[in-house]
Amino acid sequence: MSADDSVPARRDFLRKSLSLIPVVALASGAPSGLALAAPTPESKPGSSPRADHYQPVFFTAEEWAFVQAAVARLIPEDDLGPGALEAGAPEFIDRQMQTPYARGGLWYMQGPFAADAAPEMGYQSRLVPQDLYRLGIAAVDRWTRQQHGKVFAELAPAAQDAALKALESGDASLDGVPAKLFFAQLLQNTREGFYCDPLHGGNKELVGWKLVNFPGARADFMDWVERDERYPLPPVSIRGERG
Amino acid sequence: MAKVLPSKQVVIVGFGWTGAIMAKELTEAGLDVVALERGSYRDTYPDGSYPQVIDELTYSIRKKLFVDVSKETVTIRHSVNDVALPNRQLGVFLPGDGVGGAGLHWSGVHFRVDPVELRLRSHYEERYGKKFIPDGMTIQDFGVSYAELEPYFDFAEKVFGTSGTAWSIKGQVVGDGKGGNPYAPDRSSDFPLPAQKNTVSAQLFEKAAREVGYHPYNLPSANTSGPYTNPYGCQMGPCNFCGYCSGYVCYMYSKASPNLNILPALKQEPRFELRSQAHVLKVNLDSTGKKATGVTYLDAQGQELEQPADIVILAAFQFNNVRLMLLSGIGQPYDPKTGKGVVGRNFAYQNMATIKAFFRQDQHHTNPFIGAGGNGVAVDDFNADNFDHGPHGFVGGSPMWVNQAGTRPIAGAANPPGTPQWGSAWKKAQAGYYNHQLSMDAHGAHQSYRDNYLDLDPTYRDAYGQPLLRMTFDWKDNDIRMTRFMAAKMKKIAEAMNPEHISVSVKDFGGHFNTASYQTTHLNGGAIMGTDPKTSAVNRYLQSWDVHNVFVPGASAFPQGLGYNPTGLVAALTYWSARAIREQYLKNPGPLVQA
Repeated sequence: MSADDSVPARRDFLRKSLSLIPVVALASGAPSGLALAAPTPESKPGSSPRADHYQPVFFTAEEWAFVQAAVARLIPEDDLGPGALEAGAPEFIDRQMQTPYARGGLWYMQGPFAADAAPEMGYQSRLVPQDLYRLGIAAVDRWTRQQHGKVFAELAPAAQDAALKALESGDASLDGVPAKLFFAQLLQNTREGFYCDPLHGGNKELVGWKLVNFPGARADFMDWVERDERYPLPPVSIRGERG
Repeated sequence: MAKVLPSKQVVIVGFGWTGAIMAKELTEAGLDVVALERGSYRDTYPDGSYPQVIDELTYSIRKKLFVDVSKETVTIRHSVNDVALPNRQLGVFLPGDGVGGAGLHWSGVHFRVDPVELRLRSHYEERYGKKFIPDGMTIQDFGVSYAELEPYFDFAEKVFGTSGTAWSIKGQVVGDGKGGNPYAPDRSSDFPLPAQKNTVSAQLFEKAAREVGYHPYNLPSANTSGPYTNPYGCQMGPCNFCGYCSGYVCYMYSKASPNLNILPALKQEPRFELRSQAHVLKVNLDSTGKKATGVTYLDAQGQELEQPADIVILAAFQFNNVRLMLLSGIGQPYDPKTGKGVVGRNFAYQNMATIKAFFRQDQHHTNPFIGAGGNGVAVDDFNADNFDHGPHGFVGGSPMWVNQAGTRPIAGAANPPGTPQWGSAWKKAQAGYYNHQLSMDAHGAHQSYRDNYLDLDPTYRDAYGQPLLRMTFDWKDNDIRMTRFMAAKMKKIAEAMNPEHISVSVKDFGGHFNTASYQTTHLNGGAIMGTDPKTSAVNRYLQSWDVHNVFVPGASAFPQGLGYNPTGLVAALTYWSARAIREQYLKNPGPLVQA
């Protein structure tokens, strides 16, 4: 279950939403109380979701500035529409940091560790996602301060892109965390935050799904299996939000 | 000291397909059966409830239904000279956990077997000569024939509610020009359901394969093409191509699973008991070491319990069967230096190559979010020994197919080769190609070798303090040559579709087994069946040569990997073994085959 259950308004909404009416029925336009209860943002084509007032729980103010700046470059807002920042990827990542995943709880974490093993041996680091962010962000900010006299979030977009490329290639030598490992974690979580169900805090107003025309939780395509045509219905989420 | 529970006639370790089939067969024979499943209780409700299950992050990405590797994993090394490292994150394979096992979240491709692959060594020696099989390749015959197994393939399809198109029934060709597979062995009856509809991707593959001279057919799928009631009275609804198949519990009651197709019947059976969160530590043997007395397990509280039983069935996942045999001292462990010993021998896998085709937006809408796990169109022109291997110098074959099981954007939106991994260029390619791509696989057979094997790791342990299983495994020259040959043949199909871009993923010479990127969960061998106790751990009825009241169904019994997906053969062999227990073993408990 998502961490959002602790938020009274959302818990109330979820309680009201505990119904077996398929999302597909809502999305087809059938009037129902549940459809009215669902958030129905007035989304204009290409518009960005409204400003979000999420307060991070895991990230410090400095880390939060980094995450917001980095995801905005990894999946930028551009002429194709909103990017990862607008989709709420920072909120998604912060909320993920509160799950067992972020503490390595889904992984075999008994030693001995062989962090220098070949890539084909898979993940062999003792660092868990929480460590990667905590150590990685501080290390990147130290590195950009050495290079440019500023932390990553204060750099111009072009300099941020150059820094991200250096992390991706491993050319940036960070202190305390392998650059490529940190970059891979950040990119994976950013994509997740752009494309996940909004239940998890990202993909707000289904902007990721609308970009690629992914129908989300519709999950019923008997009538479209054989058709070499664009799927005509907009996406819906698990909670019944419509894109 | 473990608390000793009242004795049962049969204890089954693991409740996936093989455990469920054995439980059904043996309760039908009048035996009291208890199944011990290490994972949680699972069923369509609540684990497959709509819309909660339609959640890519939770299921595909965080891998909710797969084995919990924080408790127990395997270690892997490429050769006997390396130090094995634990598979810390699930990657290359995704074994199951919980009631239903991997059978609850599999895809549903439900093949039989190519008869040649059951007698692979004999066949190659007869057609190509003994020298054709390279040194160090330890392929061998299963010791059972297609004719012997046919009734069990037939019955398993009826239990699973499998959709497909027959080529021939009792020697009569019925599927020519209708989607039947001309290379398929003869059948005693038709599929219980007609083939499913074909996606746009499968239609494109069908047309292109025909153009290049191959013989496309409908994949046999354990996803229903219509409503169905199986011989156990279990009911299924028609698959709606929801696209959340492999890795998910089917919310439509359309994908065959032990939970849907067998468990409802077992629940009516007072002789059957299922205990979940029961983690078996070992099989107990009597003082002679020739007879099992039951198993010892931990319950959810960590309490150690002993379950005495007359018959022990090891029905865990392939490598867990092998591990339990090693932990329990059943059969001689394999030694790759001498080639002696049997438990851990002939560990084999799958040998995949993948090609993606990317179309212009005005060319095709493949809508890859539409999908069913077992559905698709395939060709067998290069599977098994359906072509002359002589000039090519490798052992093994490969079916090729489009099997659009449903791909979702976090993991499944591929970009054309050369696209940056992030930024506006990445985003533009996502928007431009997600709904205009298809993926095809050469699902290659994989051979067994003297130095690919399983044993216990000397260093790493599970959450209960027992040694992890260690895999010593790498690709061999034969494997690379085969998969490159297959990729080249499959590329012709891709090119005939006239896509804008093609990307080819194929192994390179000198490359090593990569534990991080998914291939398949089709792991084989380690407790293989055969006719000689020197080279097999179980006899042709899946009975341990050494401990006659232990039976070991599953792909652990395969002497090498098949071109086809293994579940169909696993199910048929389990029915075959169960029938031998019912009709022969119960009358006269002891070895069913004299060594």
